[in-house]
Amino acid sequence: MLTDLLGIPPQVLFGQLMLGLINGAFYAVLSLGLAVIFGLLNIVNFAHGAFYMLGAFATVAVTQYLGIGYWGALIVAPLVVGAFGAAIEYFLLRRLTGVDHLYGLLLTFGLALVIEGSFVKMFGASGLPYPVPAQLTGGVNLGFMFLPWYRGWVVVASLAVCIATWFLFERTKIGAYLRAGTENPKLLQAFGVNVPLLTTLAYGYGVALAAFAGVLVAPITQVSPLMGSNLIIVVFAVVVIGGMGSIMGAVVTGLAMGVIEGLTRVFWPEASATVIFMVMAIVLVLRPAGLFGKTA
Amino acid sequence: MNILKKLSLSVSALAMVASAASAEISDGVVKIGVLTDMSGTYSDLSGEGAVVATQMAIDEFGGTVAGAPIEIVSADHQNKADIAANKAREWGDTQQVDAFAELVTTSVALAVFEVAKQQNKIALVSGAASSPLTSDACIPTGLHWTYNTRALAVGTGSAIVKEGGDSWYFLTADYAFGEALQGDVTKVVEAEGGTVLGAAKHPFPASDFSSFVLQAQASGAKVVGLANAGADTINAIKAANEFGLVAAGQKVAGLLVFLTDVHALGLDTAQGLQMTVSFYWDLNDETRAWSQKFFEKTGKMPTGVQAGTYSSVLHYLRAIEATGSDDTDTVLAKMREMPVNDAFATNGVLRTDGRMVHDMFLAEVKSPAESSGPWDYLKIVRTIPGEEAYGPLSESNCPTK
Amino acid sequence: MNSKIGYLIAFAILLVLPFVVYPVFLMKLLCFALFASAFNLILGFGGLLSFGHAAFFGGAGYITGHALKVWGLPTELGILFGALTAGLLGLLIGMLAIRRQGIYFAMITLAMAQMVYFIFVSSDFTGGENGLQGVPRGYALGFIDLQNDLSMYYFVLAIFVAAFFIISRTVNSPFGQVLSAIRDNEDRATSLGYDVDRYKLLAFVLSATFAGLAGGTKTVVFQLASLTDSHWHMSGEVVLMTLLGGLGTIAGPSVGAAIIITLQNYLASGPLGAWVPVVLGVIFVVCVLAFRRGVVGELHAFIKKSF
Repeated sequence: MLTDLLGIPPQVLFGQLMLGLINGAFYAVLSLGLAVIFGLLNIVNFAHGAFYMLGAFATVAVTQYLGIGYWGALIVAPLVVGAFGAAIEYFLLRRLTGVDHLYGLLLTFGLALVIEGSFVKMFGASGLPYPVPAQLTGGVNLGFMFLPWYRGWVVVASLAVCIATWFLFERTKIGAYLRAGTENPKLLQAFGVNVPLLTTLAYGYGVALAAFAGVLVAPITQVSPLMGSNLIIVVFAVVVIGGMGSIMGAVVTGLAMGVIEGLTRVFWPEASATVIFMVMAIVLVLRPAGLFGKTA
Repeated sequence: MNILKKLSLSVSALAMVASAASAEISDGVVKIGVLTDMSGTYSDLSGEGAVVATQMAIDEFGGTVAGAPIEIVSADHQNKADIAANKAREWGDTQQVDAFAELVTTSVALAVFEVAKQQNKIALVSGAASSPLTSDACIPTGLHWTYNTRALAVGTGSAIVKEGGDSWYFLTADYAFGEALQGDVTKVVEAEGGTVLGAAKHPFPASDFSSFVLQAQASGAKVVGLANAGADTINAIKAANEFGLVAAGQKVAGLLVFLTDVHALGLDTAQGLQMTVSFYWDLNDETRAWSQKFFEKTGKMPTGVQAGTYSSVLHYLRAIEATGSDDTDTVLAKMREMPVNDAFATNGVLRTDGRMVHDMFLAEVKSPAESSGPWDYLKIVRTIPGEEAYGPLSESNCPTK
Repeated sequence: MNSKIGYLIAFAILLVLPFVVYPVFLMKLLCFALFASAFNLILGFGGLLSFGHAAFFGGAGYITGHALKVWGLPTELGILFGALTAGLLGLLIGMLAIRRQGIYFAMITLAMAQMVYFIFVSSDFTGGENGLQGVPRGYALGFIDLQNDLSMYYFVLAIFVAAFFIISRTVNSPFGQVLSAIRDNEDRATSLGYDVDRYKLLAFVLSATFAGLAGGTKTVVFQLASLTDSHWHMSGEVVLMTLLGGLGTIAGPSVGAAIIITLQNYLASGPLGAWVPVVLGVIFVVCVLAFRRGVVGELHAFIKKSF
């Protein structure tokens, strides 16, 4: 057994670090989705937490009614929720072109209220349980902590999706269009690219990322209508810290904030709920544009 | 006094002249306001079922008491003290509600106590559990019916210490109820010669208990006491299983577990769990008959909170029937005078501090093999006499006792 | 001249209304009308979307409650103290938030308010989840017993009218004119030599102070302060009230608050009770998509067109 570090038992320290990394993985996927949406639409998607919740509920529904279980839900839930998101972009958000971007934030805030409120009415606030898939029950004793297999899988799956997204944006033709659309949509349109379609797809993809995080979290916490509503504010802070600039920035900041939160739980437990906001305040003083932001 | 109120008073004065039978019923109607959690963490153990239970008590009177019709209003307080207080105040001011019933979660009960005190109305507390409700926080018209944290501590806490679980770590819901429960169990554990190693406070409600479970694991305590309730308890037990806490030899003690929680967890996970209950449907013929009626209306067997709500409302109505009045002080005196006898309690006594003293039961969750089917979940290990569970009146710090 | 008559009529109605309508409900309405009017200072006239005003509203509620209950301050002083503390909090958050604009400003205020919320959750003086209960209403001017709902109502009405007057004077003052100029074209205001950040910060602090005044008053009315008032949903609700009533109009926020509070109250007692957040969300969406000028804004436009 390792000896205590700074008076902290190693199982507490490494255990909380591990949990921090797992939370960080969720922050990373969620802030990545926000960054993708912000890039093309220039709006902050307040409904992101609601879509994350929809992903988790879709997992329960898919398992119950389609019988394809967790692994099927991992594919189907993001597709379904992503399509729903694309429809919202097409029918609602598009109408706000040319209006102050703040209205986009307000519209998605209203949508979040509608979606979450309806689910509270239908399922109650305490929510539904969802079991860990049979293949991933149990865990491994790492010596300093007991790591449930499922928690390990969450980190691996999130990182895989983040890297795939990075590849899509930085190394493919669609990605090149998307980046160009961020810089100068009019010019891109002039080159014959269907920018409105691209926008719809980008929003759908960002929403699908949120839903994917929702699938991952379903076996960990109670699947409940308000599960995304407080989380999303933390993710906003993560986004402010990282700056909306880059894909990698969103991912790295997300993971780092999870780890910092885990460390805080060990060394200063009272502040664990607020530490990310404190970091945000400090970053704003030192680097108003965010750690990876381009412009001030 | 506003015009509407004056108007309604004069109308009811006319009604009084018209019907001599209800001369003593202030506005010609006995109105009971059920304030409970309809959609949140506690909706399963109370919620709609508590309204049904209240209605069952009213139905036993055929819908009228002392010649006046009985009405019921209900609202969802969402476990928020401010919503509960505002609703109670409004009910009292504008709808002439005579008594507030159920009031799950301590913060809600405390908030409604403030209103009940100002308006001199009866508060029939069933779901809130903190023992201070009839001690430091008591009010003259606040009655605590079903259980309290002291009774839970005496039941479950001492049973576990006697089995050798003598070092404890708590996972405590961070509000009045969690603190009260932790405090009462700590007293019992220490009195029995055990020690408390520490506690982690978790937000209410919490969904992910992993970081708290890790702290409990690191404490090395033999027993991890869950000073929470409802979905929080369920989630904590699940996380403890996931992180191998039970497999490594630590014992998880749910200090406030309800029948509906056992139902949600399933017998595989819950078997062997010890719990203190105020009521179980399968105690005797009377409980079985009443519970069967409840089951037919709701599709679930009643929890102690729901049965206790029924009992408190029934006793309240019986006192009105006996005195022919709905005057708070008159009714209260009669309620204290009569023993409480119904499907919920046998020879229960309502003390002057507001505590309704009745027997409690230590139960153990059956294994799947022992159970004959859905809802056959508990075997009663021991009957805890009311005096032992709630302690003597002298323990209460209630100034008006 | 026209609007003066309108305000006089409204004031006369408010004087007699408690004899017809449940006074506690009216007091709630006035508190939110004041909250929304304060919020309008920063959003409607400053063009800055704050998503963290619940911190000022709820925070002042706690401070006022604590001052009255524990320190035993007179009611007026307790409310004033709550408002000033909210102003100070506004100064701290404002100094950070004005470093960024637009969407970032909204996210920063939201995050800072959430931080304040978590501090309230875990502080002893707020009572955490239990809330701060049993706040005494006390006496106005030392002799009017506020336990009486009618006296309490006129006390709240006095606060509301005074604050409303100050807010509308501020908007029409040279300070308000510069603020609107910054909202419409920040670069131009800068090049005219105005210290833009100072104006924005001052507007933010003023707005926070009046939001605090509303929050403190609400605590006295309901005799409790709770987490609900500092939760970010409250920040969203005040945006909705202001938007629905009409951004940048003097009377709009009060109209919006009246509509929303009445709606909530009406729905809560009916079968639609649990649908309140959904209904609010739908109103939000409709306002943003089709009704961006709000009730009073549309009314102004209609009157201009017709006459």
